[in-house]
Amino acid sequence: MNRAISTGGGRGLPTAAAAPEDNSQFITFTLCEQEYGVDIMAIREIKGWTETTSIPHAPAFIRGVINLRGIIVPIMDLRARFGMELAIPTRMHVVIIITIGTRTTGLLVDAVSDIITVAPASIRAVPDMGAADGATLLTGLVALDDRMVSLVSLEHLIGNAIAQMPAAETRLQPAA
Amino acid sequence: MATGHFDHLKSTYFQECGELLDSAYASLTLLSEGRQDDDTVHAIFRAIHSIKGGGGAFGFDRMVAFAHVLETLLDLLRDGRMQSTGAVVGLLLRATDALSDLVAAERTATLVAQGFEDALLAELGACALQGLGVVPPPVPRVAASSSPPGAQAVLYTIRFMPHPGLYRNANEPLLLLRELKRIGDTTIRAELARLPSLERMEPEDAYIGWTIALRTTADLSRIEEILDFVSDDCDLSIERVPDTVEIAADDAASPAAPDTLSIPVAKADQEPRRGEGYVAPTSVRVDVQKVDRLVNLVGELVINQAMLVQFGALLPPDVCPGLVGGLATLSQHLRELQEGVMAIRTQPVGSVFSRMPRLVRELSTQLGKDVHLVITGEGTELDKTVIEQLADPLTHLLRNALDHGLEAPDQRIAAGKPAQGTIRLAAEHGSGRIVIEVSDDGRGIDRDRVLAKARQRGLIDDASTPSEEEIDNLIFLPGFSTVDVVSDISGRGVGMDVVRSNIQALGGRITVHSRQGAGSRFVLSLPLTLAILDGMIVAVGRECYIVPLTNIIESLRPQSRDIHPVAGCGDVVAIRGDYIPLIHLSHHFDVPGAVSDPARGMVVVVESETAGQVGLVVDELIGQQQVVVKSLEENYGAVDGIGGATILGNGRVALILDVAGLRVTHPPRPQSTHLVQERWR
Repeated sequence: MNRAISTGGGRGLPTAAAAPEDNSQFITFTLCEQEYGVDIMAIREIKGWTETTSIPHAPAFIRGVINLRGIIVPIMDLRARFGMELAIPTRMHVVIIITIGTRTTGLLVDAVSDIITVAPASIRAVPDMGAADGATLLTGLVALDDRMVSLVSLEHLIGNAIAQMPAAETRLQPAA
Repeated sequence: MATGHFDHLKSTYFQECGELLDSAYASLTLLSEGRQDDDTVHAIFRAIHSIKGGGGAFGFDRMVAFAHVLETLLDLLRDGRMQSTGAVVGLLLRATDALSDLVAAERTATLVAQGFEDALLAELGACALQGLGVVPPPVPRVAASSSPPGAQAVLYTIRFMPHPGLYRNANEPLLLLRELKRIGDTTIRAELARLPSLERMEPEDAYIGWTIALRTTADLSRIEEILDFVSDDCDLSIERVPDTVEIAADDAASPAAPDTLSIPVAKADQEPRRGEGYVAPTSVRVDVQKVDRLVNLVGELVINQAMLVQFGALLPPDVCPGLVGGLATLSQHLRELQEGVMAIRTQPVGSVFSRMPRLVRELSTQLGKDVHLVITGEGTELDKTVIEQLADPLTHLLRNALDHGLEAPDQRIAAGKPAQGTIRLAAEHGSGRIVIEVSDDGRGIDRDRVLAKARQRGLIDDASTPSEEEIDNLIFLPGFSTVDVVSDISGRGVGMDVVRSNIQALGGRITVHSRQGAGSRFVLSLPLTLAILDGMIVAVGRECYIVPLTNIIESLRPQSRDIHPVAGCGDVVAIRGDYIPLIHLSHHFDVPGAVSDPARGMVVVVESETAGQVGLVVDELIGQQQVVVKSLEENYGAVDGIGGATILGNGRVALILDVAGLRVTHPPRPQSTHLVQERWR
């Protein structure tokens, strides 16, 4: 981890509204000045950007794979995934490593900003605005002072990405 | 005991049975070849004894009874009271086959036909008696393993002296005493001699022994069976009290037979108890995943160390001389660690070889051919995963050798060869790979017939005249079979093409050498492990790819005049008169900034079972390296043309090409190659 995260712990949120054990914690990050949140329980680690090895025939939002202590982990460009232009990664960019089921993936984001605690009641549904692809990848919206945080559905994010990957017929059998 | 735990114990037992049977077969093979030493028979005995012991615990009575009789015969051999003649070894082999069938039946919970083992039991019994110089009794009497009809009560004195640790192994003497009481009249006397004073007594130790006088009609093996569980945890002696001599005299028809058979049985079970034949377990069972995790971690350490060494080299040498020396030692230790960890995954290839004698035995009987199977190099070690996947191809090759390769005895004699054919199965290490050979001294490949067949099937051009070697290799083509009559043994449509693709899936190669009339030799060259692969690192644009060395035929820098475009098919390169289709890796994988003119880059000619030869256009060759194969699918998915990934010394990921998969998305058309390529899968 090359970057400290400020542990705000529910800054300005109506945390008293629900029993604390129902609350979920999210790590928030920014993409093009917009704030997003992912479930903290899915996050394995946060690291700085490193050069990737590109994968042939991959969707544009898959930047390639990196070596995470011996495991090959694909890196998804979240800007591109949400329909924005590809990120031009610098040393300041951050990769959030998440694990969903048995799959480990890295999410390339602009910067990590905060940890927030959210009561279920304060999560608002995503309004139906003509079903842009990006909208289905969100589980809800949270108001935070004067900001808005979009909560990302990691299941959809990873699941849809798998569906978009081309299937292959033959491969080597790795031993591990 | 929870069922889950019990099932687990059971599956461990069956796993052990497999290994024990393998070792028994291996020793029997030594025996049959006259290469035995003092320990060979002991080893077989121990294997059968362990199978029997464990089987008793799970209540596999039928199997246990069979193993018991087999063990009796082995005991005679062990004591030198019998010679291991060819006939005896043959019988032992057949008995071991039957035992493995019985074990398999218990494992799959299927029922073996009643009377399946009776004939063998009778044969084993008769053989044991002959060994003792006793005329065999009528067959049914020996076959019946319980007390012979009309047997009289016999008095036995059983001394049962538990070792202190008896209770710790979950034994309960009371149950045994009750069980003994159930088969006859008992008088039990406790032996308190070893009972210490109270203050010196360990609460969990066993101190009391028993002397049991048992009058029973059941035979000795039944008593043995009851006491079998505790046999390792006590001093045990079972003696027949000779006050019933007149009974044996009464039974004049078959006087000593049942008893003579019993005596060696008693000995057989006592010997391991005394610890004489006992071998302490020298291996540990470990989950493969745990080993893989170690392999991964060590791989990471190696990369880390490479980085440290690079940084260390940047320092002026006089700044910290200790660091440089320390790094060198670290590198050396790491290399040893890596080799050691890799070695954990390896196993002797004998575990798959030992299944082959049975196959050959059964097939040769079925085919009426006399075959001698010679196995060498069974101690050669290679990766467990590779070994497991070798069984099918080897079985197929041996079947082929027996069915198609070797002639019938009369034909062999007519050809001036010994009537007995020889099949060799050999393994050896060679330059970081393992080489396995399956050869026979049969008729060899009939090239005229192969050629005719290939033409008939349209596998080859009528006009072409392939070389002898090319003809031999035709047998690896899909849909090829020279056998006119589909026999029961081979030629069931599963051909050599499957063998070849199996071997290639393991990163290996198979070649055939044949001399007409003198036999054929199939040579399999396999990597020692699937986790490591020898690869050539090639650069394409700013990416690096690994081409498995097994696929590479040659690499060259072509002249511009050798490159020809073919309409609709891309380019071909002319190499020694052949046109090899080219695949531009940069186009194929969409890598920017790569060399597009093959004459300015390099062409790596690769071959795979599906694609034949193709030339890969790359920017340059970077070097040859052993790489650790990692899964790309685990977190991403399968990619056409990519077999896996690896981590280079600089910590970056490089993708490993799957040459066979490359073609699937870019089928090359052979221009004037001899063979018609078929897409198949």
